[in-house]
Amino acid sequence: MNRRLLWPAVVLALLLLLNLFFTPGFLSIEVKDGHFYGSLIDILRFGAPLVLVSLGMTLVIATGGIDLSVGSVVAISGALACLAISQGTGVLAAVALAVAVALVLGAFNGFLVAVIGIQPIVATLILMVAGRGLAQLITDGQIITVTDAGFKVIGGGYLFMLPFGILLALVVLAATVFLTRRLALGLLIESVGGNAEASRLAGLRSRGILITVYAFAALCAGIAGVMVASNVSSADGNNAGLWIELDAILAVVIGGTLLTGGRFSLGGTVLGALVIQTLTTTIYSIGVPPETTLLFKALVVAAVCLLQSAAFRARAFPRRERPVTQPVQDTTEVAR
Amino acid sequence: MTALTGAVVPRKYLPVLVTAGLFVAMFIAGGARYEGFFSTQVVLNVFIDNAFLLVVAVGMTFVILTGGIDLSVGSVVALATMVAAVLLNAGWPPLAVIVVVLLIGAGLGLGMGCMIHFFEIQPFIATLAGMFLARGLCYTIGTDSIPITDPAFTAAAQTQIGLGGGLWISPSVLIAVAVVAIAAYVLHQTRFGRTVYATGGNEQSARLMGLPVARTKLGVYTISGFCSALGGLLLAFYMLSGYGLHAVGLELDAIAAVVIGGTLLTGGSGFLIGTVLGVLILGLIQTVISFQGTLSSWWTKIFVGLLLGVFILLQRVITTRKK
Amino acid sequence: MTSAAPILQLTGIGKQFPGVTALDDVDLRVLPGEVHALMGENGAGKSTLIKVLTGVHPADSGTILLDGREVSFASPLEAQNAGISTVYQEVNLCPNLSVAENILLGREPRRFGRIQWKPMRRRAAERLAALDLDLDVTAPLSQYSLAIQQMVAIARALEVQARVLVLDEPTSSLDTGEVEQLFKVMRNLKDQGVAILFVSHFLDQVYEIADRMTILRNGRREGDYPTGELGQVELIAKMIGRDLAELERLEERPPARTTGTLLQADQLGRTGGIEPFSLTIREGEVVGLAGLLGSGRTEVARLLFGADHATGGSVTIDGTPVSLRTPQIAMTHKIAFCPEDRKADGLIPDLTVRENVVLALQARRGWTRPLPREQQAQLVDRYIKALKISPADPEQLVRNLSGGNQQKVLLARWLILEPRLLILDEPTRGIDVGAKAEIQRLVAELSDGGMAVLFISAELEEVLRLSHKVGVLRDRKLIAELPNDDTLTTEVLMQTIASGGRS
Repeated sequence: MNRRLLWPAVVLALLLLLNLFFTPGFLSIEVKDGHFYGSLIDILRFGAPLVLVSLGMTLVIATGGIDLSVGSVVAISGALACLAISQGTGVLAAVALAVAVALVLGAFNGFLVAVIGIQPIVATLILMVAGRGLAQLITDGQIITVTDAGFKVIGGGYLFMLPFGILLALVVLAATVFLTRRLALGLLIESVGGNAEASRLAGLRSRGILITVYAFAALCAGIAGVMVASNVSSADGNNAGLWIELDAILAVVIGGTLLTGGRFSLGGTVLGALVIQTLTTTIYSIGVPPETTLLFKALVVAAVCLLQSAAFRARAFPRRERPVTQPVQDTTEVAR
Repeated sequence: MTALTGAVVPRKYLPVLVTAGLFVAMFIAGGARYEGFFSTQVVLNVFIDNAFLLVVAVGMTFVILTGGIDLSVGSVVALATMVAAVLLNAGWPPLAVIVVVLLIGAGLGLGMGCMIHFFEIQPFIATLAGMFLARGLCYTIGTDSIPITDPAFTAAAQTQIGLGGGLWISPSVLIAVAVVAIAAYVLHQTRFGRTVYATGGNEQSARLMGLPVARTKLGVYTISGFCSALGGLLLAFYMLSGYGLHAVGLELDAIAAVVIGGTLLTGGSGFLIGTVLGVLILGLIQTVISFQGTLSSWWTKIFVGLLLGVFILLQRVITTRKK
Repeated sequence: MTSAAPILQLTGIGKQFPGVTALDDVDLRVLPGEVHALMGENGAGKSTLIKVLTGVHPADSGTILLDGREVSFASPLEAQNAGISTVYQEVNLCPNLSVAENILLGREPRRFGRIQWKPMRRRAAERLAALDLDLDVTAPLSQYSLAIQQMVAIARALEVQARVLVLDEPTSSLDTGEVEQLFKVMRNLKDQGVAILFVSHFLDQVYEIADRMTILRNGRREGDYPTGELGQVELIAKMIGRDLAELERLEERPPARTTGTLLQADQLGRTGGIEPFSLTIREGEVVGLAGLLGSGRTEVARLLFGADHATGGSVTIDGTPVSLRTPQIAMTHKIAFCPEDRKADGLIPDLTVRENVVLALQARRGWTRPLPREQQAQLVDRYIKALKISPADPEQLVRNLSGGNQQKVLLARWLILEPRLLILDEPTRGIDVGAKAEIQRLVAELSDGGMAVLFISAELEEVLRLSHKVGVLRDRKLIAELPNDDTLTTEVLMQTIASGGRS
């Protein structure tokens, strides 16, 4: 296994073991009413939206960018889908509308970054702030409740004995792997993230790649938004997807992709998202008061990040680690 | 500084000037549209209502100038109100409470600075952990709003300092203005301040130039933590309560204010006066919405987002055209 | 030369990086008042030695004596305070700060913690005046050219009472006049008893200024010699440790076997970059561009590749007018470009050799049409062999390669596209002598095979050796186009540059 993935995998295993200690049947999966049931299935099901958002975020971060607006896109897409359904639109059309709007919003982010040349963190801050307001505008500050059975399937239904949400996340994961690793999108993204100017001079159309990537991130967020709204059968412009961008960024970083761009790991991101989701589940299952959820999250995040930090390992375990130095360079230091 | 007296304004001042121009334009447009808007007290009220944000944004400016970011400020503000309320209710003297709260803030900032500097964890992630930690501590202390009844705090909340002509400000404004003045002095007149700029300009170079980069980075996060705690105290004066849900999303307002003020998030470029203008503009938007009366609160977010977009685009146009 | 006690004595210095021995038992003795050259190929350990000396890296073994006392620096600041000042190859200053701050920050005059701006500016101006520079010290450093920034860096290094001044390739971005100015300053310092450790790839400069030299090869010391006692050929032999016959063979100029016109630029220009110029490039022709740094050589290359937009003029390829607006368009016309700054503009250091090599081909195909892995492997394998890229591992990260091998990776990236015009901007700068010869031979071979090459180099001998025709640039103008017949010599080129084309 990739060395970078070692620590998040260890942390995930420890969390699962901890759960097993408090809840002996934690790892068991049983079949009830023709569906799989169990804590592991729940982790995957509740973690599906985060996995989706994190996949898109991985590609954005690999280009050297960041997308703060995904949480707002989650809220907008959920609000639009519910509003359309509550006004009598068919489920498929409503979902298509929501996802299409998400795609447009993502392309807007990409336009600001790639064409206007605004720093990604600032460019997506615009939609993060304004988008939350837009979502509330769509729902008129209320919570829109929908009772459509077809819509409920997306976040709460089952297919092939598994929750539909898990399958949807798997499909998106497979699509992402296909786009980046079977096709050449991954190479071009890592190239742009590794050195934008050199990529331009190698003939890359980095604009197109950046817009594609931001649109893809928003598309993932849009699907996640529909999933979240479907799961609770309602749209809440104020709270849906709140702070999910931070969790997604964390998942990406825990998964070993650097915020500076370049190399990325989709497997690592999924692992990272599962660590975060398992953590939340663990806190409930071992009976820690829910108020302290954030406290535990802070500690685990700090632990994982510290363990991944070469500088920390060098100080903490000076014997076992190889000396940490800059990579060997010839006479010319890499200029910033 | 003699820069503004020159015939041609140096390029580095342009973003700040644009921000200032748009602030004046907004104020005039508001005055033309709403009865009673065009008054000095309206501007003073913006200061009064946003004194805590101003202090927080000053700390954020230090961090952003080094090329970092601090996501923890909102949570640290909330923690400060919470700790202050709990300690006051436990009968601590106000002065001791203030000292303890400021030390906690500075200590948290220093801790994050250590993670960033010594363990090379990206500022975004380290301060995100700090954000979770501080907010988590709030909820651990208590999930309800705790009222503050201490006479010193209520006095700070209710005192009106007259400026003549019926105009007044709160003591918090004086504190905020003092913080801005001290920070501006530190940034422009001391070695520490110039090292902040140097670090943001090119950290590796600054290190090879023999500048104390490590101390500076620890310093800015400590300052930001300190400013957040101080901002929390000002918020406690203003709200007279400690609450874990205070200042949710304040880090966004602070970052938005700094960005609108023309400071680059990549570090090394920007001025404190820009941050002050950025805070004033955010405050003015809220004032406009309250004057309008019929607009729902989410319009604030939409307007702030739009304005952020407009400012960024304008700065972009100006800086590229001047190249 | 006095036989004084050495001011600086390094003994038995060793330094390991993961998997690599960067320095192995290296000795270095520098006497007060001498210019001591540190010579070696890329990867010989010069930079590592300097970094160990100045406290950037700790040494694994060995001792450093400064003035007879053992020292060990934890940071560049400590080294500076002890009297060892360093100017690095890339300008290591802060572009957003003023010139005065860049010279004095960290040692600025203060009163009660407050910076005294007026004395600070005066002192900075004095320091610059000592280098014959008159700058606005309140202006941000970024306003000035790289060469001036380099001089500011030297001014900063001199601001401390340096007893040892380390100059790590300070001349690579300076033009001839600026180099002379620097040498004047160096001689001045030498007279004051300052020891100067000087690293340069330019042999002529070393022979002009250095008193003694220490030669490193593969992390080991080859020996130290008074400059006068070691000829250039011997020096090169000691640096590369191999027979020089292959270098000599290149002295024969390849025969000009040019055919039809490939590309014709007519009054092409870019405001603020290069004045309108006309240039014809024929198939199989090597066109050299000679000129000083900043003369517009790189701008010509960038316009022909579409890296910058032209603001006027036209280009025809095979007689058909084309508009070279972007690199992609240039690539469809089979033009390739290896930029001057390999690391900033050429390579993606975190990607592998294979990925870097297939990048341009993949970019041309678009991300929806991936190049099959077997085909990638074949292509990369072929060019690793043909260009002798070392290590011969397609999955090695490019950042771990030496400068010469990185240049070869960049060449391979373009050669797999089978370009008709290959633009090489300083392809041999900062790489070792062996790789340099290989690249020169490659250019000759490619042109023999019918490829046109636009060859830019600061070294006139190299331009003369390879080109069929030389364009001379000065002050952002193409001032002359000279056929490379027997009468063209480096002297003629220098005179042409000096006279500005009017003879």
